[in-house]
Amino acid sequence: MARLTVADLEARAPAEAQVSDQPKIKVGMSTCGMAAGAEPVFVALEAELRRRSVEWRVARTGCAGMCSMEPLVEVTLPGQPAVMFGDVTPEFARHLAAACAAGKPLPVEKRVPGIADLARIAGEPVATEGGPRQYRIVMRNCGVIDPEEIDEYLDRGGYKALARVLSTMTPEQVIEELKVSGLRGRGGAGFPAWLKWSLTRESAGEEHLIVCNGDEGDPGAYMDRSVLEGDPHAVLEGMIIGGYVIGAKSGFFYIRAEYPLAIQRIEKALRQARASGLLGNNILGTDFSFNVEIRLGAGAFVCGEETALIASVEGKRGTPSPRPPYPSVKGLWGQPTMINNVESLANLTQIVLRGGEWFSGIGMGKSTGTKVFAVTGKVKHAGLVEIPMGMTLREVVEGICGGSASGSPIKAVQTGGPSGGLIPARELDTPITYEHLQKLGSYMGSGGMIVMDETDDLVELSRFYLGFCVDESCGKCAPCRIGGTQMLRLLDRIAAGKGNEGDIATIRRLAHAMQKASLCGLGQGAPNPVLSALRYFEPEFRGRLTSSGN
Amino acid sequence: MIQATINSLPVEVAPGATILDAARQVSVHIPTLCKHPDLEATAACGICIVRVAGSTKMLRACCTPVEADMEITTEDPEIIQVRRTVVEMILSRHPNECLTCGRNQNCELQTIAADFGLREICLDSIVPDLPIDNSTRAITLDPRKCISCGRCIQVCQQIQDVWALSFLQRGIDTRIAAAGDISLADSPCVRCGQCSAHCPTGAIVEYDETQEVWDKLLDPDAFCVAQLAPAVRVAIGEAFGFPVGTNLTGKTYAALRRMGFKAVFDTNFGADLTVMEEAHEFVGRFTNAKSVLPLITTCCPSWVDFMEKFHDDMIPHFSSCKSPQAMVGALAKTYYAEKMGLDPAKVYVVSVMPCTAKKFEIIRSKEMHSSGFWDVDVSLTTRELARMIKQSGINFRVLAEEQPDHLLGAYTGAGTIFGATGGVMEAALRTSYYLMTGENPARLEFLKTRGLDGVKEGKFDIAGKEIRFAVAHGLGNVETVLTKVREARDAGTEPPYHFIEVMACPGGCVGGGGQPYGVTDNLRAKRAAGLYQDDQAGLWRCAHENPYIQKLYEDFLGEPLGEKSEQLLHTSYHPRPTYRR
Repeated sequence: MARLTVADLEARAPAEAQVSDQPKIKVGMSTCGMAAGAEPVFVALEAELRRRSVEWRVARTGCAGMCSMEPLVEVTLPGQPAVMFGDVTPEFARHLAAACAAGKPLPVEKRVPGIADLARIAGEPVATEGGPRQYRIVMRNCGVIDPEEIDEYLDRGGYKALARVLSTMTPEQVIEELKVSGLRGRGGAGFPAWLKWSLTRESAGEEHLIVCNGDEGDPGAYMDRSVLEGDPHAVLEGMIIGGYVIGAKSGFFYIRAEYPLAIQRIEKALRQARASGLLGNNILGTDFSFNVEIRLGAGAFVCGEETALIASVEGKRGTPSPRPPYPSVKGLWGQPTMINNVESLANLTQIVLRGGEWFSGIGMGKSTGTKVFAVTGKVKHAGLVEIPMGMTLREVVEGICGGSASGSPIKAVQTGGPSGGLIPARELDTPITYEHLQKLGSYMGSGGMIVMDETDDLVELSRFYLGFCVDESCGKCAPCRIGGTQMLRLLDRIAAGKGNEGDIATIRRLAHAMQKASLCGLGQGAPNPVLSALRYFEPEFRGRLTSSGN
Repeated sequence: MIQATINSLPVEVAPGATILDAARQVSVHIPTLCKHPDLEATAACGICIVRVAGSTKMLRACCTPVEADMEITTEDPEIIQVRRTVVEMILSRHPNECLTCGRNQNCELQTIAADFGLREICLDSIVPDLPIDNSTRAITLDPRKCISCGRCIQVCQQIQDVWALSFLQRGIDTRIAAAGDISLADSPCVRCGQCSAHCPTGAIVEYDETQEVWDKLLDPDAFCVAQLAPAVRVAIGEAFGFPVGTNLTGKTYAALRRMGFKAVFDTNFGADLTVMEEAHEFVGRFTNAKSVLPLITTCCPSWVDFMEKFHDDMIPHFSSCKSPQAMVGALAKTYYAEKMGLDPAKVYVVSVMPCTAKKFEIIRSKEMHSSGFWDVDVSLTTRELARMIKQSGINFRVLAEEQPDHLLGAYTGAGTIFGATGGVMEAALRTSYYLMTGENPARLEFLKTRGLDGVKEGKFDIAGKEIRFAVAHGLGNVETVLTKVREARDAGTEPPYHFIEVMACPGGCVGGGGQPYGVTDNLRAKRAAGLYQDDQAGLWRCAHENPYIQKLYEDFLGEPLGEKSEQLLHTSYHPRPTYRR
């Protein structure tokens, strides 16, 4: 592939302008699709078309978000709107391919809502008011393009943001745009992105470095994986822009080894970007040079914490270190290092292209833009949703995800993963913003959302989350290492009906000490699920105590 | 300077100072279990938390830098409750074996537990069942007692550059062990014992051999003799309430005799002898253009072990002299036994050393068997001797001072300063000067060899010839010196130094891994000062002036580097690559 220039990208026409006379067939081939059996569906489609001597390409695409309906196949006949089929079996795939090849009408069964029915997409027109509830900025290409084809990314305006930044913007202007946008870190804590970028840029060091944190590890959360798998170039482009802004020459993708498909797609994206002059020396013919390497995490949850991540990338035992110094001042190998979450970086291109003001117009208050959630648990439609901040929990759980799957009423929603908390059903009208969730004793977190109905046992759930943190504690600091284990023993005792009144008080005392004296967010946050369960559902715990007559 | 307040007290600190530093400055006590003055804060224990106005979090005093106008509160009921709970957590994971622990009454965890006045642990005891590692027979590692503060690992990796110890596993299963979960003896461990010197609890202590010594002292057939290393005399007093650095040579001799030793020697005599042999070796090499230079000292067994493991290309540079301990041992079973008409088989040599590695040195090669027996039978640390004195019921504080058995006990100032970093170099240069000029140097103090800088370099003029020397202590400081030597060697240029002294422990033997607990640079400096005073006050200050050394050569050895000396006082070195067993 030829090396691209700024002019090439500016001249590139959008995909909509390209007319095709062939049907487009896409199969969702992210991890969620593959796990549901997308591979045999893909093979069946190709085989059937070949058998009928039709040479249409069957495309692979990323996760469209409707994970509970996978395998998904989208067919677009020339001149017609796309039709999405869910729960596709190889048998149905053959049937579908046969219909396409014969020019017959598409089957009516297995049809499910398409992406356009569910979400408006950043920069694309919306048909009607009161249309779909999702708003896709981060996921705008997920389920739409073939993530392994850089051309498809370019056709959707890919790398135009980079071209604009490199040809017309100073680093300060990019930071200013970020400041106007109000983008906050999507890894969980919500630190203002512009401030992190600016602090790193201003720190003195021999070399500035940028890291994309792809060490997503909350149970039930897979937003970052899907973005890396479904739109790897968008994350990479955000990272290259970040490199330019902070003055870095190199960057690292830190991705957990349990995400083989994401790693493979990022590897491919890096190769394509290098071949196209988008990475390496003199990017897009400018003076800017930047390289990216991949580092694999061995799957320790704590390595998502910035200082532990740094230790891991350096090849050391992945344990957190005290902050300050913050990574923006002294990070990888002692150099100023900017660590951004996958989702934060994926927002970048659109903020650059459409402006910070456009971005800050989405959302509520200090929580601007959108947030991707992985909604799982007792809902009808589990999957990924990207919603504008400020939407209520009820709209997500009942509106987008169809409410309770079992018919048993929703009891609570868990957000923020193992450091987050339970939100009882009576608070479902709370808008999803950093501030509102914190007020309820939970937090935004990276985007896990687990929905529970009345049949769920919250003592068990507390044990599950605390057990996760106990397993994932690095063991460095005493409050987390020992406090977590001791709390879990008390919970085990209560769950087994052998607890007493004093155990609940001891749990609270240990939890308080862990929150205050643990070194990193893992230990500080580990008691949250238990504390929030006690806050809203204490009678369930009391009902298990020996003194209650059990 | 940065101004702040601690509990409303104004404080002014230099940029970079932590809240803990600032608190110490205004005599505010903040408890901590993991922070050691020698080491960077690991922030592991979580006990030193304080509150800073404007933050909802509690911050660790050990690693939080003071910022301008910070209003710091170090104690309030909530902080105290959190600290107490954390201490309670730590105790729930620690065996309650204080009464039989090597750190009983001298344990940082015990002190904190006492300070917090805990009367009950409301949590289950979750002490893991882990085996003790005694494989080095120099240090005892009991991972059950470990509170995972990480000091030992930091000292092993950062200060000593040995990388033997590491954390294994994670979460509640986190434990210290030799990296790769092999035995310490199979690891790169050089037995310096700095881990034990920095451990806040009894998780790492010296390998205790006091019982073996008591058994021999009870044995009517055994003729037990003791020798006392330079650095022991200025540290043992700490176990008996003397000010740090007090020279207690005479009392220690007396105590050893009360315990039943039939003769008491001084390793300082061995040090004088080492100087004689090593200075001859140095002058020989220095004046012969074809010789390998620099010459590197070998009194320190951890350094020898470290070199054989990691820097075996330096073997040709190594002095063949045994350490003072080994020399006294070899002579006790030959020269002394002969003079006194004793059966050398019955002579039992116990040395008292500031060092855990000396326990290994006495069996490191067959050359330690030069008398026909193991030259030294047991090597005790200062801490073990202090315990034995206490067990004996001896009132050490009021004990009258005694003299050593002079044949192997009289010493000069050159011998006594062996216990401090730079001391071997200084002592050897004094005698080298004499050997090359026939007179003592006008000024005997070599200030450039003294002090606690990690690497000290200097030049010394002898008869118009410039001798370039370097002194390194703390094994992590060796690399810079050796790199310069290698660069010159590879480039075929003049070596950067003629003479190098290395001691493994920071501060040299005064900061040895077998010395009383609680070492800091302040203590190291005071102990060293005690030795330099001993040097200053001595009748003789150069090894060659020691009349008993002269007598030894006349009556027994012949001459330095002579046949008998080579047989008894010299050794050889061999590569010992690690991780190949």
